[in-house]
Amino acid sequence: MGMTITEKILAAHAGKDKISPGETIWVDVDVLMTHDVCGPGTISIFKEQFGKNAKVFDREKVVIIPDHYIFTADKHANRNIDILREFVSEQDLPYYYDVGTENYKGVCHIALAQEGHNRPGEVLFGTDSHTCTSGAFGMFSTGIGNTDAAFILGTGKLWVKVPESMQFEFTGKFPDYIMAKDVILQVIGDIGVDGATYRTMEWTGEAIMNLPMEERMTLCNMAIEGGGKNAVIAADEVTFEYVKKRTNKPYNTYQSDQDAKYYFKKTYDASTMEPVVAKPHSPDNKALVKECSDIKIDRSYIGSCTGGKYTDFLAAAKLLNGKKVAVSTFIVPATTEVYNDLKNKTMDGKTLLNIFKDAGCEIGDASCAACLGGPKDTFGRTHGTEVVVSTTNRNFPGRMGSKQSEVYLASPYTAAASALTGRITDPREMLS
Amino acid sequence: MKKFIEGKAYVLGNDIDTDQIIPAEHLVYSLSDPEEKKNYGKFALSGVPKNAAGLPDGSKSFIAEGKFESEYTIIVGGKNFGCGSSREHAPACLKIAGIQAIVASSYARIFYRNSVDGGFFIPFEIQDQLVNDTRTGDNLIIDVEKESLTNKTTGKSYKLNSLGEVIEIIRAGNIFEYARQSGLI
Repeated sequence: MGMTITEKILAAHAGKDKISPGETIWVDVDVLMTHDVCGPGTISIFKEQFGKNAKVFDREKVVIIPDHYIFTADKHANRNIDILREFVSEQDLPYYYDVGTENYKGVCHIALAQEGHNRPGEVLFGTDSHTCTSGAFGMFSTGIGNTDAAFILGTGKLWVKVPESMQFEFTGKFPDYIMAKDVILQVIGDIGVDGATYRTMEWTGEAIMNLPMEERMTLCNMAIEGGGKNAVIAADEVTFEYVKKRTNKPYNTYQSDQDAKYYFKKTYDASTMEPVVAKPHSPDNKALVKECSDIKIDRSYIGSCTGGKYTDFLAAAKLLNGKKVAVSTFIVPATTEVYNDLKNKTMDGKTLLNIFKDAGCEIGDASCAACLGGPKDTFGRTHGTEVVVSTTNRNFPGRMGSKQSEVYLASPYTAAASALTGRITDPREMLS
Repeated sequence: MKKFIEGKAYVLGNDIDTDQIIPAEHLVYSLSDPEEKKNYGKFALSGVPKNAAGLPDGSKSFIAEGKFESEYTIIVGGKNFGCGSSREHAPACLKIAGIQAIVASSYARIFYRNSVDGGFFIPFEIQDQLVNDTRTGDNLIIDVEKESLTNKTTGKSYKLNSLGEVIEIIRAGNIFEYARQSGLI
């Protein structure tokens, strides 16, 4: 019996030739990522368990990316950054992307990719549930808590229960109006918010392999909203091309065997996909966008690790170019690199940033911002009964701030089309 | 590891996510400062919508005004308990509030793992529809070794799912103690 990509990566990191789902193994960790919300807790457990003067297992393998509560006056949030700085200096860590410096990046999952920390075949843990995003690079990546992260800081190892894999194959081609966000919302709607609990979501098929890296990242990013442990897409030329520009560290690539065992396999015809939203208050509360056209919105929000990458803004700009938004529209680039792209890349001779400004959008600084609510003064946060169409990943009660607000998760196309009309709008009405 | 866990039940529904358990705006307090971390108890479950707070009636505060410890000891939940973010502040806040066990139909993976590895409380799973049989405020007792639960208010008893391999970590106290006892660190 063959093995899946996930099983092969985990086996290689456990020093074993063969492993099976359900087995508990200890794996060697290639990268541990943490950020401002979970870093301080992780550091304090690390010191408590390994001693005040303990050193991290490998300073080259620890990446710290502050991104959650950056542009806030909240004194506790700001103190968390101070704790990170002190630890980085004490441990002499090379990969720290400090706030207020040229080195600041923004949302960790996108920064990991852009800074060359995502490499095929590796094992990456992060203190953030959307760490599964990195699986787009043909690697094993998943979210953990402070305790597990502290354990890794001290030992470079963690126990893992080998997950069963679920395969989602998309044959043919996605229509032009379909984005990866539509695809993942469709799948989560089909399997439910716990449909992949403890399992791997493996994406495959011609339509998937034709996606650029950023769209692949969107697909893998929301595996956690299906309960998935990790998501994975086999590395190919598209991956190699992206990675080559970001790092020269060597890596291994893996393919699933033909006779690998899957818990579940499902094939979709990519050409039949339609734009979808997840209605309040659950990412699996799926509806076709065209069925929601009577829902009025107060706000459109385009940002986060899920929907704040260059590709996402390029899509939004196609619809907003030369038009005016009908509701408050927030543009939050995931990282400073994305922000620079908005500033420098053009469409019809205008920068994307100017397209958004001319359309009447409000532009925020690179960070997680209102995706997860955050401190009261967070850019784009809801405070009342706002109805929001958002390119983010979760619409649980209170996720974007106010428990009374209602969030519809959607693709950047749908969020932009809806911004122009003030109601949930199928982008096909505007894309010609 | 305690042999018995006894106390009042606080009942919640399906898909209780980490934003309901501890809303993100509160994730700024120290988890190591004994005084400051009381804030996590104070705001534990403060994101749960009123109608879903303390089933079946709802509108039951988990934490009384001005307190950081709850009068409830055991949470009874539905499926996919603790879904959402990886924030360890979620199991931590429940422990700070005094929770000693959760009994749910199923858990989201990271929350479950955090509960076990951090040694916050025991996350039991149950096949039966305990969540539909139990009212917030019922007196429950869990026999940890026998993996069974009795609702002293209704007199009904239930079998809990076996904890399986993770019992070793729970017995040791947390992942660090487990690793020390097994010679891994």
